[in-house]
Amino acid sequence: MTRRVAVTGIGVVAPGGTGAAAFWDLLAGGRTATRGITLFDPAGLRSRIAAECDFDPLAHGLDPELRDHADRYIQFAAVAAEEAVSDSGLDTGQEDPWRIGVSLGSAVGGTTRLEHDYVLVSEGGQRWDVDHRAAEPQLHLAFSPSTLASVVAEQFGAKGPVQTVSTGCTSGLDAVGYAFHTVAEGRADVCMAGASDSPISPITMACFDAIKATSPNNDDPEHASRPFDAHRNGFVMGEGAAVLVLEEYEHARARGAHVYCEIGGYATYGNAYHMTGLTGEGLEMARAIDTTLDQARLDPTLIDYVNAHGSGTRQNDRHETAAVKRSLGAHAYDTPMSSIKSMVGHSLGAIGAIEVVACVLAITHQVVPPTANYETPDPECDLDYVPRTARPRKLRNVLSVGSGFGGFQSAVLLTGPGGRTR
Amino acid sequence: MSTQRPGRAAVTGIGVIAPNATRVDAYWKSLREGLGVLDRITREGCDHLPLRVAGEVRDFDAAALIEERFLVQTDRFSHFAMAAAALALDDAGLGSGDPADPYSIGVVTAAGSGGGEFGQRELQKLWGQGSKFVGPYQSIAWFYAASTGQISIRGGFKGPCGVVASDEAGGLDAVAHAARAVGRGTGAVVVGAAEAPLAPYSMVCQLGYPDLSTVEEPDRAYRPFTRAACGFVPAEGGAMLVVEDEAQARDRGTAVRAVVAGHAATFTGASRWEQSREGLARAIRGALDEAGCAPEEIDVVFADALGVPEADRAEALAIADALGAHGTRVPVTAPKTGIGRAYCGAPLLDIAAAVLAMEHGQVPPTPNVFDICHDLDLVMSRARPAELRTALVLSRGLMGSNAALVLRRGGDCAR
Repeated sequence: MTRRVAVTGIGVVAPGGTGAAAFWDLLAGGRTATRGITLFDPAGLRSRIAAECDFDPLAHGLDPELRDHADRYIQFAAVAAEEAVSDSGLDTGQEDPWRIGVSLGSAVGGTTRLEHDYVLVSEGGQRWDVDHRAAEPQLHLAFSPSTLASVVAEQFGAKGPVQTVSTGCTSGLDAVGYAFHTVAEGRADVCMAGASDSPISPITMACFDAIKATSPNNDDPEHASRPFDAHRNGFVMGEGAAVLVLEEYEHARARGAHVYCEIGGYATYGNAYHMTGLTGEGLEMARAIDTTLDQARLDPTLIDYVNAHGSGTRQNDRHETAAVKRSLGAHAYDTPMSSIKSMVGHSLGAIGAIEVVACVLAITHQVVPPTANYETPDPECDLDYVPRTARPRKLRNVLSVGSGFGGFQSAVLLTGPGGRTR
Repeated sequence: MSTQRPGRAAVTGIGVIAPNATRVDAYWKSLREGLGVLDRITREGCDHLPLRVAGEVRDFDAAALIEERFLVQTDRFSHFAMAAAALALDDAGLGSGDPADPYSIGVVTAAGSGGGEFGQRELQKLWGQGSKFVGPYQSIAWFYAASTGQISIRGGFKGPCGVVASDEAGGLDAVAHAARAVGRGTGAVVVGAAEAPLAPYSMVCQLGYPDLSTVEEPDRAYRPFTRAACGFVPAEGGAMLVVEDEAQARDRGTAVRAVVAGHAATFTGASRWEQSREGLARAIRGALDEAGCAPEEIDVVFADALGVPEADRAEALAIADALGAHGTRVPVTAPKTGIGRAYCGAPLLDIAAAVLAMEHGQVPPTPNVFDICHDLDLVMSRARPAELRTALVLSRGLMGSNAALVLRRGGDCAR
């Protein structure tokens, strides 16, 4: 016996605009926010492009203490969480704080700050026996990955289960999934769920350069992220955060909250195959989708939209296409499947949560966001990827799927008004 | 109230890679004898730093335990986790060959420091030589998910895989996470945490923790619950468990070493130790509640024992708040004072110790601790024989988490 879990608030910091309204405007317009890197000098790198957030912490009312001391990815999360809680109408001061949880994901956490201070203490990479006297006093907060959930919990006085999830590029989906379990199984009545990453730094760009995972389309950054297109050649790094307020359904109804949709199911599996590689079959992702649909007792033909991982690497898009065909059967060909990474890039752990928010907005607007830059079909990717232009559609049951380094394969089901719920 | 059915998740395998031992039998022997192994840090490039004492894993030959293809692409923290996982799987009788149903075994780890030594080496290449010198494994060795991914690949485990990137208490959360996955139908989960935070830059990153002990004499550096408490001593290592569906374990004829009976977690803010009193007490009550366990049934408490006076006081009071009069009578121990505090690995080492204590009917002592200044029955100097059916393991994290886990002795849960 589990409880129904409603989404009652959303917040997002994404490339191309801060806030859910600006984010949806970008997606619905099919515009891309990818560009040459400005956050540092990328000279010498193979991939010198990214989807960056034009983020002004002051304009978004960030606490001055956080503005001055917190890492960029923490600032993103704090702003997204503030928007989500405000949107939910939840008065956190009136709630039992021990019944409010936090579940936030991040793939690389404080590495940008860790790298910054590393340069200081090592004299620019010259010494192994680093000099601690050159480090900043707050460095331990970048070292500890749980700073993320801790800061957001403090922001709202949450005292229930607080956790940080780090399953590579499925961190965001899994953080939503863990929060779903937390509320459904009764460990909290409200849980802030989401993820944040700010990985646009020399070390993170260099490590993806080393395995040629990122796109070298430096001369045409606006069109560099090309999920499912025959000419795709890697993902474009992104950054950002998204937070959702998940709430026990009756708790939400009792306070008259607006319910965007419900979380209908969640599952994750490992592929036990390779830390970065994916098979052409997509067996494990298909299993995650199947389990998620089983939880909701939903027939696969009732899926109206699949929000793809769609990173734009050759193997991911092939893998994922195979997985969705395996799970949805012939219905896969009638189901729009798009990748917003074509527009906002791939923000590693954050993107899963950003994509769930995109799904919530798609259900709200009854519009499928497109895959920008999709022009040339690839015979191995033969589904309906919603090329370039958003598409109105009746959306009740929506799937969001993801794959992550480490072999993680995750799926989250959202059920909107008129959709099947348990 | 949690809807999780209690009593289903059995501990059937334990693997330990700790400063005092890299085998479970040796680990128990060292704990029982109360040996302290805290010592001067010998890792390369660390001897000039103002943190001199830690629990180092010295008797560990990664190359003898882990295949070359995994070794080159992983940090020391994953070496520990992979080695401990293999020991735990062997112990559970699941160590040989691919699983019949790969989806029936999942992997969950907690991680609080990531692959720091590997990361520092690659940062040095990047900044010292240039971006083209960064190797292909940096993207999979430094991040927190490395150990879960590699254990899954090495064993062929496709069940639910997860990573709690956390402060210390996340070690208990990971075990609860695994127990819940079992409750939802996964046959077994390889779960635990191991850390390797003693690389030079990782140590620099820890220096900002106000709770860190920088006392240079090993036997005086970590003395919780005393007037001489001066912070905690970090350590490396950890433990992995096999947590398995109890009925499946009995069907396989595998010994149920313990049952994960209850867990709860709360949050009271980083370094707000006074407030951790209520948070920890609530976590204890929640865990007892989930376990269907009365306070008087708790036979031993493995304390968090941070070693910060304010935090020690909060913990002693939390135990009293949650267990009532029984809180001042129940034996409490903190074997981690002899080996240090291995971040997320610490509560896993305590779980391993608790299972061993129940099996042997002895409460291991708290090394280096004498003359406590709190109203606790802390077991000191030597192990104390006792009938132990139920153990309570406590953990708090430097970022504000509090967690409690109730374990029942394996033999008592037979149906």
